[in-house]
Amino acid sequence: MLNLVDIHKYYNPGTVNESCLFKDFNLSIDEGEFVSVVGSNGSGKTSMLNLICGSIPLDSGKILINDIEITDMPEHIRAKRIGRVYQNPAMGTCPNMTILENMAMADNKNKPFHLGRGTNKKRINFYKETLSSLDLGLENKLNVTVGSLSGGQRQAMALLMSTMTPIEFLILDEHTAALDPKTADLIMKLTDKIVKEKKVTTIMVTHNLRYAVKYGDRLIMMHNGESIFDKSGEDKKASSIDDILKLFNEISIECGN
Amino acid sequence: MLTIILGILEEGLLYSIMTLGVYITYKILDFPDLSVDGTFPLGGAVTVVLISRGMNPLLTLLFAFFVGAMAGIITGIIHVKFKVRDLLSGIIVMTGLYSVNLRIAGRSNIPIFSYETIFENKFIDKYIPEKLVPYIGLIIIIIIVLIVKALLDRYLETKSGYLLRAAGDNEVLVTSLAKDKGLVKIIGLAIANALVALAGAIYSQKQGFFEISNGTGTVVIGLASVIIGTKAFQNIGFIKTTSAVILGSIIYKACVAIAISLGLPASDLRLITSTLFLIILIVSQDRMRRVKDA
Repeated sequence: MLNLVDIHKYYNPGTVNESCLFKDFNLSIDEGEFVSVVGSNGSGKTSMLNLICGSIPLDSGKILINDIEITDMPEHIRAKRIGRVYQNPAMGTCPNMTILENMAMADNKNKPFHLGRGTNKKRINFYKETLSSLDLGLENKLNVTVGSLSGGQRQAMALLMSTMTPIEFLILDEHTAALDPKTADLIMKLTDKIVKEKKVTTIMVTHNLRYAVKYGDRLIMMHNGESIFDKSGEDKKASSIDDILKLFNEISIECGN
Repeated sequence: MLTIILGILEEGLLYSIMTLGVYITYKILDFPDLSVDGTFPLGGAVTVVLISRGMNPLLTLLFAFFVGAMAGIITGIIHVKFKVRDLLSGIIVMTGLYSVNLRIAGRSNIPIFSYETIFENKFIDKYIPEKLVPYIGLIIIIIIVLIVKALLDRYLETKSGYLLRAAGDNEVLVTSLAKDKGLVKIIGLAIANALVALAGAIYSQKQGFFEISNGTGTVVIGLASVIIGTKAFQNIGFIKTTSAVILGSIIYKACVAIAISLGLPASDLRLITSTLFLIILIVSQDRMRRVKDA
């Protein structure tokens, strides 16, 4: 269970460019929910994820995970319970390290990084199995550096790596936006499979309304730092892309887009 | 001729220990660390003072190593905790170390000719045959370089080493792995400066004296060697980067020796150092551009 309580967030406080993004913003997400978040540019989607992950500080308000306050917790401590996949496929992997080394690092999350061997040979078969579930042939390229893979392959790896160890939250930050449509579909299917298998609470920000409607069991549309549409379960199933597109166009016109 | 080659190998290999340190900061961590200009003579000051107080010369190397690590940690803390830019953190520590080195040594030049060092001691006098004596310096340096290289290679394959490489490669991932990227950087700077101080200590023992100005230009020599090594051998798969960096250091020293043998006075050494570095930078850029065009 994740709670955002009375969040205030200003950008450039104290300057002429001061702008208020969130004012008394509240959101709560139940355990096991798969939430899709859509909204125009500057509506606060990514800022919300950054606040949850601790990448940016908030001005006032509280963030709670299972009723434990994490507002002042540094980003890397929060990361113990959070897996995150970024829009840029390069953010989730180390390009100059091999596939095997990347997998081994992800496997070691929340364990000490001491002077033991970086790659546990006994786990190699497990890595191969995990990679073969992607159907990208990566299991035969264990000693290839990740930098030589395509964006889609890297993003698939980033998704695997971020969910390899048990996590409480999966944060997907427009993770299909930089991929071609076919690869994006593949990554989206993979995401759905992983989320269902691991039953992990997921927040997915996306610009693809089709994905937002098709996947997940709750849909939120954000605009100017507020959630203007929030439907889950049967209500969500009842809303079509056209309804959402119409609402989306309305807010876009308001913005002058 | 033989003595010239011997000299190049000795100096090149000796400096390669420092170069491995610069390799960690510059190549692995992507952190241009200028503090090495201060930690190189720091190692020299520590070893010379301890030797002149009667400590075993081999043991003094260990002290130099740890004092160098401390200096690296300070650079790291200035950068990570106080958010000072990487170049400036290095400059602050480098500048401060000049005075620290003077304080440790007491004056700007201390000879240790009358003391035993790892290169001149009773053991060598007694057990090393006459014929080998001219080469003993090189042999000792080779042994040390091999040990340092083996340990560094081994470290980079550990979990901690993976994290160090990740920090230079993609620090976002380090955070995603729930690790403090700042701490990883500090560890990397500590190891790097420890190696540089170790090299400075061995250098002082080899020379038979400590000289405060020894460190000037260390970072340039280190960077030049790293760039030569990584560029020249990047397409040869079976050569590890650490080996390439060591070879780069030898090639660099050979270039300097050639420049001097062409008749340039020794007082032009720093000018040669910086000009060579400039040439290396331009040439390596040129190669990159051509690859991109192709």
